[in-house]
Amino acid sequence: MALSDLFTRRRKGDADSATGASDTPVHATKALPRFIACVSTRAHPVVLDLGPVVGGNIGFFGQQLGCKVIVQDVSIDIDRHAREGKLEALPAFLAQRFPHESGSIDGVLCWDVFDHMDTAAAKSLASQLARLLRTDGVLMALFATAEPQVGSRPTYTKHIVVDQTTLEYRPYAAVRPRQRPLPNRDIQRLFEPLRVVEQFLLKTNLREVLLRKPADPSGAAGAPPHA
Amino acid sequence: MWKRDEAVKPSPQPATPAPVAQVQPVSAALPAQPDPRRMEKGMVNIGKSVVIKGELNGSEDLTVEGYVEGRIELKDHVLTIGPNGKIKAQVVAKSVIILGEVNGNITASEKVEIREGGSVDGDLIAPRVAIAEGAHFRGSVDMQRKGAQAGQPQKVTASPLVETTLAQPQAAAH
Repeated sequence: MALSDLFTRRRKGDADSATGASDTPVHATKALPRFIACVSTRAHPVVLDLGPVVGGNIGFFGQQLGCKVIVQDVSIDIDRHAREGKLEALPAFLAQRFPHESGSIDGVLCWDVFDHMDTAAAKSLASQLARLLRTDGVLMALFATAEPQVGSRPTYTKHIVVDQTTLEYRPYAAVRPRQRPLPNRDIQRLFEPLRVVEQFLLKTNLREVLLRKPADPSGAAGAPPHA
Repeated sequence: MWKRDEAVKPSPQPATPAPVAQVQPVSAALPAQPDPRRMEKGMVNIGKSVVIKGELNGSEDLTVEGYVEGRIELKDHVLTIGPNGKIKAQVVAKSVIILGEVNGNITASEKVEIREGGSVDGDLIAPRVAIAEGAHFRGSVDMQRKGAQAGQPQKVTASPLVETTLAQPQAAAH
């Protein structure tokens, strides 16, 4: 049993829920309620979800919060490039991946997608997300803080919103394993000009990070945080 | 099968064909006579071998197992894309159930349901959207809620963000 298993709870009695999950581990989230609070201040906010499509999440953000949800599963792109042995082309692909208008997104849910990218691809994606976010828009991402276990099968994680403070993690097979964990400073640099506004280090070896696009991208409003 | 249908619906005179979904124009002509094997009351089935290019309007429920390209409009009825169905079209219907493949935007006044194995590349507009595990979806979902007033932000329990220059992550106690 992994140490992180000790800090998980089990979800019970909802085998027929929209997600079809039952008895799967659920984890508290600190960043999600802040993310929701931020996007909910806008009328009919637009949320970009970079994870795999989850019916329950669509219902949560779409029906309960009134968001327009755009689903763009980046893990499919990573896997396709990995399978074809063209990972060096991934940064250029990601630079063209999002045709949406600049400043048109109120919130981005990255989940753990950056854990599966090398620096060049991550930088390319991060700069696209910074372009898409409107001023004061927020981005939520999860980063592993521990090295992936040697010999373990690579997996992505479906993050299923149980409620505002609880996520269910459901792993599924990936082609590309998790990459080296990013230190705090690299995360901040990766997303510039976005600014880290909240970080939560969970006992599940995950770091939840919330970033916001400042009104003045040059950072004149204040010095960026440093680790 | 033919005999059974005739026994159920005896008709001394040639039966008036049941209303068929209006199809215009089509690249492959539908059968001139309604096929009793494929028609039940209030439901039309477009078979696997049928290819339709153009605009498809109707006033009854429709199941598509073939290929449709263009536009489908069934404003007060249910459109089902069967497991073999392939749609490259804009769709407007009361409810849409997808088990096959759709490439195009879908607008439903009641519900869009993407079932396991179903695939949609396009934008969905519907008050209710259900996406099953194992379904593929790429696009946006806009659930226009009837009760909600436009421009009214949602009430949430968490407080809005106040930007800080937080350097170290907070240790969450859970």
